Amino acid sequence: MHKEFLMGNAAIARGAIAAGLNVVSGYPGTPSTEVLETAAKTNDGSLYVEWSVNEKAALELGAGAAYSGARTMVTMKQVGLNVASDPLMSLAYIGVKGGMVILVADDPGPISSQTEQDTRHFASFSKLPCFDPSSVQEAYDMIQTAFEFSEKYHTPVLFRPTTRVCHGYASIEVKDESECIKNQPEGFVRDPSKWVIFPRLSYAAHMHIEERNKELSDVFSDSGLNKVCPAKGCKKGIATHGISYTYVSEALEGKENVSVFKVGTPFPFPEKAAVEFLTGLDEVLCIEELDPIIERELTYVCGKYGLSTKIYGKLTGNVKTAGENTCASVAENIADFMGWEKPAKTAADDVPPLPVRPPVLCAGCPHRASFYAVKQAMKGKKSVFCGDIGCYTLGNAMPLDMVDTCLCMGAGVNITQGIGKIEPDTNCFAFVGDSTFFASAITGVVNAVYNQADMTLVVLDNSTTAMTGHQPHPGTGRTMMGQVVDKVNIEQVLRGIGVQTVETVDPLKLEEAVACVKRVSAEKGVKAIIFKSPCAVLIKGKAPAVIDHEKCVNCKKCINSLGCPGLVIKDGKVSIEASLCTGCGLCSQVCPFGAIGGGEDAE
Amino acid sequence: MQNNILITGVGGQGIVLTSKLIAATAMAHDIPVMSAETIGMAQKGGSVFSFLRLGEGLHCPMFPEKTADIIIAFEPAEAVRMLGYLKDGGKVIVNTHPIMPVTAALSGSSYNGTEMMDYLERHVSDLRKVDGEAACKAVGSPRALNMIMLGQAIRCGVLPFTIDDIEQTMKATVKPQFVEMNSKALRME
Repeated sequence: MHKEFLMGNAAIARGAIAAGLNVVSGYPGTPSTEVLETAAKTNDGSLYVEWSVNEKAALELGAGAAYSGARTMVTMKQVGLNVASDPLMSLAYIGVKGGMVILVADDPGPISSQTEQDTRHFASFSKLPCFDPSSVQEAYDMIQTAFEFSEKYHTPVLFRPTTRVCHGYASIEVKDESECIKNQPEGFVRDPSKWVIFPRLSYAAHMHIEERNKELSDVFSDSGLNKVCPAKGCKKGIATHGISYTYVSEALEGKENVSVFKVGTPFPFPEKAAVEFLTGLDEVLCIEELDPIIERELTYVCGKYGLSTKIYGKLTGNVKTAGENTCASVAENIADFMGWEKPAKTAADDVPPLPVRPPVLCAGCPHRASFYAVKQAMKGKKSVFCGDIGCYTLGNAMPLDMVDTCLCMGAGVNITQGIGKIEPDTNCFAFVGDSTFFASAITGVVNAVYNQADMTLVVLDNSTTAMTGHQPHPGTGRTMMGQVVDKVNIEQVLRGIGVQTVETVDPLKLEEAVACVKRVSAEKGVKAIIFKSPCAVLIKGKAPAVIDHEKCVNCKKCINSLGCPGLVIKDGKVSIEASLCTGCGLCSQVCPFGAIGGGEDAE
Repeated sequence: MQNNILITGVGGQGIVLTSKLIAATAMAHDIPVMSAETIGMAQKGGSVFSFLRLGEGLHCPMFPEKTADIIIAFEPAEAVRMLGYLKDGGKVIVNTHPIMPVTAALSGSSYNGTEMMDYLERHVSDLRKVDGEAACKAVGSPRALNMIMLGQAIRCGVLPFTIDDIEQTMKATVKPQFVEMNSKALRME
């Protein structure tokens, strides 16, 4: 053992490697992304690592590897599990040979997600065991235990950290190379009675799963994964989990007379441990993030075992029902419950108005140019602009204001199709990024073509998965194993599925881009524009733009049309923020007075 | 002995690296350390913070309000935003140079930091002001701000390290061509 300072996600990857990991696949998504990236970085060549095209593909690949005896991890964020839920539900019945951990990172807040869904529900829905770590060290240790359970019980298991565990850092004890397990997969052993799902097999599997989960509830109760810390003579207790457990520990520092129940395996729920905790207590407060799962389980356990303990939490209005917990919110919940004096609030009422710093598209981002070109081309025409998931969702901000809808990965294509069916006189657009296109928009385009939609697909191709930190995808020609491979060509894909008009244009050449949008959108049926220009963060920018203050009349058209962080007002005059400007040249094409030079135009 | 340190500023100012250097130095001194910081979309020009805790018996990387021993603020408004975390009598080190929000040009905001500095003067008994812009010019690099701020923080004695300790970690972390600039920044008075 030795000490290292690791991010939670890195600790999870390193723990999995210490448990003999052979294969890891996933799709990027905050807060899960760094797990797979760490595995790839620490790969000594014995590990197979891939960013799959989406979570469903990742899970199916993982299943195949686990059927073959490999220890396998599949990584995703919580909404990614929705995409992977089809194979998940069936795989729960089929089971695995090699240990298989499905890492699903939840995002209370939500800080960077569409929903606050709770993967612990998916655990009980799919009947799969679930592990819920509360710290970086516990995440490192617990994922190794998760692999053991998975292999012992021949079932995939869910491992569910939340953002604050994933992105927290701590100095932790990690195994030396020599202490790590090496797993040699046996290979796939043909057995149709085992690997082919059929109704009769499913009935037997269902019976078995229910028996197994009953057994696991007892095993988990005694395992140390769930902790009951009784306090002598105490009539009140707190049940908690995950990062909230650390907030509770913080709030109870130096205090006595409160029993604590830490739930590390929310499913199957450790009933025996729960009864041990509840016995003798009058009241229990459940401090949870996302859904009141422990609260419902404890309420159920009280009914089942005839205990008179009163259970409080989100369902009783004692803890807020949405958003993440904090040290402060938990301290307040506990003070209310215990009848303690509440921590004093900092009541400074003379705070000056603080500048708001919302996230915006970067200076030089080609998406800004793409949105602006479509906006110009469609000026005065009835149009709808359906957005999608990625950096380009930020195109909704003023002054671009070019995102009318955003739902989930790839949804924009068929949402715009649906709007078009009701409003045939509307120019329907769907904007989708290159990574999202591969992940889940292709089938949507097939649907639109087949069902005679009238719409323009706009692919914003910046040749990377920018939002989650620049992961490669099928269009980039690079893999996580370091190979350089043939790129999957978006234009050819679209032509192959029957889109007759596909034009590729550089959005930073504004005039051409506007003309292209006018021309293509005027056609009937499904047609596509590919705005191709690399992510501004990944390229070496050109010299910053320069404003000719002789010509500039301070009309601010550049600022008010583009909202680029590189355009600022200094001493009352429009100026270039040279530290941000990439010289993309968009503003010089927008300026009616030819006052902006440099950058693209510089020789 | 525990230390709660809050580093705050705007995306792109080098806050994450500063936090990493303190953590690595703590590791080198066998001091347990935890941290938590802004990651992802908010890093782009948004408010960024890093919570850092050193010492035995730590529970979680984030600490409650009114418990920070020191706030190292790379921007005046960000110091004000996070001031609720400062313990009574805690120290604030602030770069007086304001950063306009990227949306200021659009909204016509006239933010220039003076109101924020006035507020800090009124509410912080132990305030150390650093003219980050002038100091960066003196060092010769706009990217020196984080090491200038870190040097100032070390010098005020809250952290259990010396400038030499931090410098040693820095040398092992940054690219060789930046060592000299960073050393100079750490030692700026």
